[in-house]
Order: sequence, then C-alpha cells, then structure tokens
Amino acid sequence: MKKVEAIIKPFKLDEVKAGLNAIGIMGMTVTEVKGFGRQKGHVEVYRGTEYEVNFLPKIKIEVVVPDSIIDKVVSTIIEKARTGNIGDGKIFISSLEDVIRIRTLEKGETAI
Amino acid sequence: MKRLIIIVSILISLFISGFVFAEVSMQENPPTPPKAKQGIPAQPVPNPEVAAAASEALKIDTGDTAWMIVATAFVMLMTLPGLALFYGGLAKRKDSLNTMAMSFVTYCVVSFLWVLYGFTFAFGTDIGGIIGSAEKLFLSGVGPNSINDLAKTIPEYVYVVYQLTFAAITVALASGAYIERMKFSAWVLFSILWMTFVYVPVAHWVWGGGFLAKLGALDFAGGTVVHVNAGIAALVGALVLGKRHEAALKPSNLTLVVTGASLLWFGWFGFNAGSAVAANGLAGAAFINTNTAAALAAISWMFTEWMHTKKPTVLGLASGAVAGLVAITPAAGFVNIKGAMIIGILAGIIPYFAVASIKPKLGYDDSLDAFGIHGVGGTLGAILTGIFADPSVNELGKGLLYGNPGQLITQIIAVGVTALYSGVVTFIIFMLLKTFVGLRVEAEHEISGLDESQHGEKAYGF
Repeated sequence: MKKVEAIIKPFKLDEVKAGLNAIGIMGMTVTEVKGFGRQKGHVEVYRGTEYEVNFLPKIKIEVVVPDSIIDKVVSTIIEKARTGNIGDGKIFISSLEDVIRIRTLEKGETAI
Repeated sequence: MKRLIIIVSILISLFISGFVFAEVSMQENPPTPPKAKQGIPAQPVPNPEVAAAASEALKIDTGDTAWMIVATAFVMLMTLPGLALFYGGLAKRKDSLNTMAMSFVTYCVVSFLWVLYGFTFAFGTDIGGIIGSAEKLFLSGVGPNSINDLAKTIPEYVYVVYQLTFAAITVALASGAYIERMKFSAWVLFSILWMTFVYVPVAHWVWGGGFLAKLGALDFAGGTVVHVNAGIAALVGALVLGKRHEAALKPSNLTLVVTGASLLWFGWFGFNAGSAVAANGLAGAAFINTNTAAALAAISWMFTEWMHTKKPTVLGLASGAVAGLVAITPAAGFVNIKGAMIIGILAGIIPYFAVASIKPKLGYDDSLDAFGIHGVGGTLGAILTGIFADPSVNELGKGLLYGNPGQLITQIIAVGVTALYSGVVTFIIFMLLKTFVGLRVEAEHEISGLDESQHGEKAYGF
C-alpha cells in the first residue's frame, strides 16, 4: 500500500477530487495547510503599507491506495492539479505498513 | 524619546505662533460674540408661535427632543459597536477582543463619570473661560423640566446624554494607537484621567462658553474637541508606549471592519446633524454634507491607493469614509455642498499619505492610525472650515472665501491650542501611569496575545 500526500492549489481541489473519484478512489482526507516553496509568498497591502506573507494557503490531500493503482492515482492528480505555473504543488509518496478499519477491525487493503 | 521631544517642540512652536496670530487677529477684528457653541439654531424660526414662545422663555420642543433622543442613540452606536468592530476587526486575531474591550469599558466608565462630574465641569457656568462650575455635580438641579442654555429646546437630560456619547467616543478613539501592547488596567485608568483632565476642559473651551468659543473658533460637531484632541493623544501615547514587537497591521477580520465603518457612518448622522441640537434646516445641511464628504473621501482614498499601490482595497474604502467623516465634522453645519465635496476629496488624499508615507518615515507605531486619520483629518477639517464656512448656510460662520480671512487664523489657533494641551496632558498622564501601574504587558504576553493574557478569553474559538 502507498500513501499519497499531494499539496495542491486550493482552487484545484474539486477537479482533483472528481478525477480520483472517477478512477475509483472513494475516500480521502483533505486539510487546509500553509507553507512555501519556490513560489515564496505574496504581498498584502493594508493602508498603503505592503506586508509580505510568506506562508501561502494550500490544500493537502491524503489518500491511501493499493500498490497496483499508484501510477494511475499519481497521473490523475498531476493531470487535474497542473496549471503549469509556479506553485502547483508537490506529491509525496510513501510506503504504508498497515491500515485498520476501526469498526470492523479489518486490516490491510480491504480496510482502505 | 528623541522623537517625542521633536514632536513636543513642534507643538510648542505651533502654540506660540498661534498666540502671535491671535494678537494680530484681535487687532484686526473687533471682538465678536461667541460663535462656536453647539446648539444655536442658526435658521430663522419660521413658525411665529414658536418664535413668540422662544422669546418669552425656554420651552421644550417635542420635535427637537424626539430627534435629539434618536441622535444620541446614533452617537452611542458609533462607539458600541461601531468603533469596537472597526478597531477589533483591524487588530490581530489574538488581540481582537482586547481591542473591543477598550472601547466597551471606556463607554461604561465615561457614562458613569459624565453624570458624576463630567457634564458640570464641561457645560456648567463658565469660570474664567477655563472650566465649568461644579453646580451640577451628580446632576443636581437637573430635572425633567430643566433646560440648558446651550440647548434651548430640549430637556437638559437629553443634552447631558448627548454630550456623554461624544466624550465616550473621543476617549475610545485614542485606543486605536495603543492596542496590542497596552495593559488593560492602564487603559482603564487612562480613560478616567484623560476624560477628566483633557476632554472635559477642551469641550468647555470650545462648546461650553470657554475662551476658544469667545475667540470665535468654529467647530460644528467636534473637529478639534473630538478628533484633533483624540488624534494628538493617540500620537503622544503611541510614542510613549513604544513600538509593538510585531508592528504590522494584520487585520483579523476585515468584514467586521467594513461593518464597523458603516455603523460609524450611520451613527455620524447623529453626531453631525444632531449637533444642530434641533430638528431643523441646519441639521439637514449637516446631514447632507456629512454623507457627501464621506462618500467622496472613500472614493478619493480608493483612487489614491489604486494609483499608489495598484490595488483598490476594501480597507481603503472604509478608511477613506471614516477620514471624510472626521474632516467634515467641524464643517458640517457651516459649509455648503461644494465645500463638503472639496473637504471630502482632500480627506481621502491627505490622511492617506499621512498613514501610508509619513508614518513609516517617522517610525512611530500608531497601531490603527488614530493619529493619521483623526488627528490629521480633524486638523484638515478644522482649517478648511475656516476657508469654506458659508454665511448663507449658517450665519455664525464666515470663512476666508466669504471675506473673513481672520476665521482661518482663529481655526489654526483653536487646533494649535487643543493639540498642545492634549499633547502635554496626555504625556503627563502616560508618565504617571508608567510610574504607578506600568504601561505595557510583558513581552511574552504581547506575543501570545492580549486576549488571553488580559482577559483569559479568545475572540475566535476555532
């Protein structure tokens, strides 16, 4: 099993979610996060004075998937979240040891 | 400290030059009867019955009374919730409640002290042009049938509360410069001391028949008494307090700021149109001037900002409207609509640069620009009143454009005297507070936020 964490632009969330649903991913965890990378920050102006805002709002999507479909999941996220501009985000993929569904105590891929 | 000395010396030189001008203008103009009082209905009374009654004795007019009760409630709305929302929304997320609490507690403190002794020292019988007499301590002698000489057609009770709401907002305005670092206890004491030793005497000088009234200074609804007064207190207090650890404007909630600014605008109709102390044509003039100036100031601030920083901000619209309201305050019942337009347009430009350019250069930390908007806007309005006062709107005011250049000088004197007095006494009050209770919260508490350290609460529970 793999855990995919994708940091994307907030306005791309709906498209990415629909894309993942379409390939059979029925669950995900979404968090509003802040951070910066190459995009650095942006500038806000209050009463004529500019303030640099270093942390930009982003959306983090976490999905856990069987190894078999990981490539499809990643390519779907890339396709849907990509604008070609700086700040499109990143995808982190890691191996996952186990998953347990609390209600039924199922384990492994059946618990996803 | 160095900057403070510079500012104080500027104020002193203003004061001295004021007296030089005063002598000159007194030689030029024969003494004029007091003009600056609120509540002198300038319009001829059309109803002969009312006119006859007025010449016999002071008589309560039900129309005037109804309007003044409503106007008083309007002005109360400016402090709570208007100013509390405006300032509270501009404060950082962790200091938002404390900022609102400052306005709230001040309204309560002043409400109490005003009926105790504030009213009588400000509006009691004049003693030497300096202060009112103590005859109405605890409002003694004021009853349902009593009428004040300064408000001849309404019950004195209503006039007491009307003036109370002015005193409260003036003190609360200064808090905008002190937020995000001042101890709440020091603020409560400041409210008491500043109302007593600054607001009360200055209100007496200009409105209660004191020496500035006798000099002929025009201040329809409080350009000097309220805005210059509070603005200078804001500046001096900000200098004594020193900079915040994070001296940045990070509004916690701009929607509250818009709500607060709009409520201020609404309440200002009571502030300015109510200052006619009658339901008459002069109130109508003040009403339309107030709205026009506020709208134009919001537009001109927006365009100034658009050109200067490339974005027309919502905070800019709200700030511009407030600056326009401040600037039209002394002029509302004296200028015609053209004068109101020019005052409005300038109020969107000059305070903008005071806030966006001059403040960063001088480096004082006036958190929410109480000086930049109220001090600068109030001074601008008071001076422009001396230029645009049109005797066909109000026979008590004749400005430079209508052949009375002396009025402009009188206005400058009134601003200078108010600024100097407010500056010096505010400084003394701050020094006393610094010695006896301390002014600032601990650095740790400032960083974690005053909501939690001062009140044990949070503005936003999510």
